[in-house]
Amino acid sequence: MKVAPKLEKTQAVDYYSQMLLIRRFEEASARLYMQGKIKGFLHLYIGEEAIAVGSISTLSEQDYVITHYRDHGHALARGMDPKVIMAELFGKATGSSGGKGGSMHLFDASRNFMGGYAIVGGQLPIAVGLALAAKYRREDRTVLCFFGDGAVNEGEFHESMNLASVWQLPVIFMLENNLYGMGSYVERTHAGGKDIYHVADAYKIPAAQVDGMDVLAVREATEEALKRVRTGSGPVFIEAMTYRFRGHSMADPVAYRESSELDQWRKEDPIEKFKVVALREEFVTDDELQGIEAGVQATVEAAIRFAEESPEPELDTLHDNVYA
Amino acid sequence: MPEMTMREAIARSLREGLDGDSRVFLMGEDVGAYDGAYAVTRGFLADYGPERIRDTPIAESVLVGSAVGAAMAGLKPIVEIMTINFSLLAMDQIVNNAAKLRYMSNGQFSVPIVIRTVTGGGGQLGATHSQSFEGWFASVPGLKVAVPSTPYDALGLLRSALKDDNPIIYAEHAMLYGMRGEVPDEWYEVPFGQAAIRRPGSDVTIVAYSGTVRIALEAAETMASSKGREAEVIDMRTLRPLDLDTVIESVKKTNRAVVVEEAWSVGGFGAEIASAIQAQAFDHLDGPVARVGSLDVPVPYAQNLEAAVLPSSQRVVQAIEDTFGL
Ligand SMILES: Cc1ncc(C[n+]2csc(CCOP(=O)(O)OP(=O)(O)O)c2C)c(N)n1
Ligand SMILES: [Mg+2]
Repeated sequence: MKVAPKLEKTQAVDYYSQMLLIRRFEEASARLYMQGKIKGFLHLYIGEEAIAVGSISTLSEQDYVITHYRDHGHALARGMDPKVIMAELFGKATGSSGGKGGSMHLFDASRNFMGGYAIVGGQLPIAVGLALAAKYRREDRTVLCFFGDGAVNEGEFHESMNLASVWQLPVIFMLENNLYGMGSYVERTHAGGKDIYHVADAYKIPAAQVDGMDVLAVREATEEALKRVRTGSGPVFIEAMTYRFRGHSMADPVAYRESSELDQWRKEDPIEKFKVVALREEFVTDDELQGIEAGVQATVEAAIRFAEESPEPELDTLHDNVYA
Repeated sequence: MPEMTMREAIARSLREGLDGDSRVFLMGEDVGAYDGAYAVTRGFLADYGPERIRDTPIAESVLVGSAVGAAMAGLKPIVEIMTINFSLLAMDQIVNNAAKLRYMSNGQFSVPIVIRTVTGGGGQLGATHSQSFEGWFASVPGLKVAVPSTPYDALGLLRSALKDDNPIIYAEHAMLYGMRGEVPDEWYEVPFGQAAIRRPGSDVTIVAYSGTVRIALEAAETMASSKGREAEVIDMRTLRPLDLDTVIESVKKTNRAVVVEEAWSVGGFGAEIASAIQAQAFDHLDGPVARVGSLDVPVPYAQNLEAAVLPSSQRVVQAIEDTFGL
């Protein structure tokens, strides 16, 4: 792995800690799901952490982040409090949406985290609108919009790419190509095959493919994209190649892919890969890594405790916020 | 009092919105250079420029969805969906996003957009271009639905809509654009959730909205002139919120009700009103609540066939006779 020259120790520690937090948070979520404490659909991001962390870390506060239902990683990378996320997963009153949203619908207005969207492709038009608002008000804001390889086949994706390009809007389209939409292998569903970024050509949107298991590669690609987008010359498309190590959701027995494929991809584990680099480049010591691990564990445990101890939403909040 | 057409009343309100608030902008297919498919926004592009009068590609989903995003970011978009038939292509953004974002975020975001669209048949445009879906939207919590039937209401309801922080479906009936009516120069608003009694009467209550108000009034005239019966005509004005109080009060007086809508009767919004009348005024009713809507077929092209399918004053009078013997 090539190391970007300007990586600093604090950044290295930061990226590693964030990826580890996502990993441990989700491992815990999976356990809690099996215990029946978290219900509904739970989509894990395990294996894909480098994309959220590498890209979101390049943003400034006023930029917008918007994503799909596989959203814990993006929410955590954007700095959302693990406690309120876990409480939301538990359906508790202290959750980010007071228990009304659930795992797939995390929001944090204070961080311009504009939400997780559970209708495939549904967030893309909204991303365009956020960018439109930024341009309309002459604000220097970029929208970072995440979506999957499955979403690319939705009309909303194409409508959004087209309009963002026609109106030259500040959007980074961040495709997380994990090769599957539920059980459907990308080459069975996308006419262009597994290298999806070529679709951007049709809309005259500059596009790049990047190793989504390499946090620094993702960071670099996003920085490049940001530079371009901030000049006002319209959107950029990034395809991050990745793999989810778990099923589509907790309900998925993963019968559609060979375990050998997973074994191959596990060798690319973004956290392990980055750990090797960080140690080699002496950004961290073994002791520090252990300290990070302990800190992350404590954070996750505190989040769980907070969620466990929080009250259920009051029934009289049921009708709140249907209307302004 | 000065008179103007429905089209002029809507345009006036849109201009007020644009003039009064820089967060307001219009977008839609052919709202600019073409002047709007129904000429509502004639001259707007020249007056406000392409940043605020935005022609979009023919892409209903992103056109509504991007308005939702812009609204979440603090703007106040007014979107035109050329006709309600095309709203089907934006259903995801309207129903899954606009109507839900405030609730799912527990109030962190709101979606102050006005979606103007054109509803109804009567222009011989055939099955795909003559439908009335406003009732579908009215069944979705999180949306508000306005169905004006006069220039006065068109202006007054749109003024209220522009002050509202919720997503609003504002359905303009295609056959009413040229309708003239009195509109005062002085400022007024028509609040959502307040039905209007268009004609007082004591023998039967006719509940209508949008294009069927005219039909209801015609039917009431016929009832009066040929049968000596006085029908009370109620114009709902908005379907969500729904002013049932005015309807129930009227039915308690007339003891008879007929609900007239242009949507198909099967699963139509009129069933909701009929059900409410039966639940809240059962002991006051002299018979079942009658309903008149479009016949249970796609709307055909030929003039005589289309006229047979859409509700008419004759069918309203007939329903009153069949149900109540009046
Ligand atoms: C419009 C719509 N169709 C179908 C679904 C059901 N569904 C949920 S996730 C998913 C797969 C999406 O795959 P992809 O976009 O690749 O994202 P990934 O889950 O791999 O991150 C499907 C089919 C849905 N939520 N929305
Ligand atoms: Mg996928």
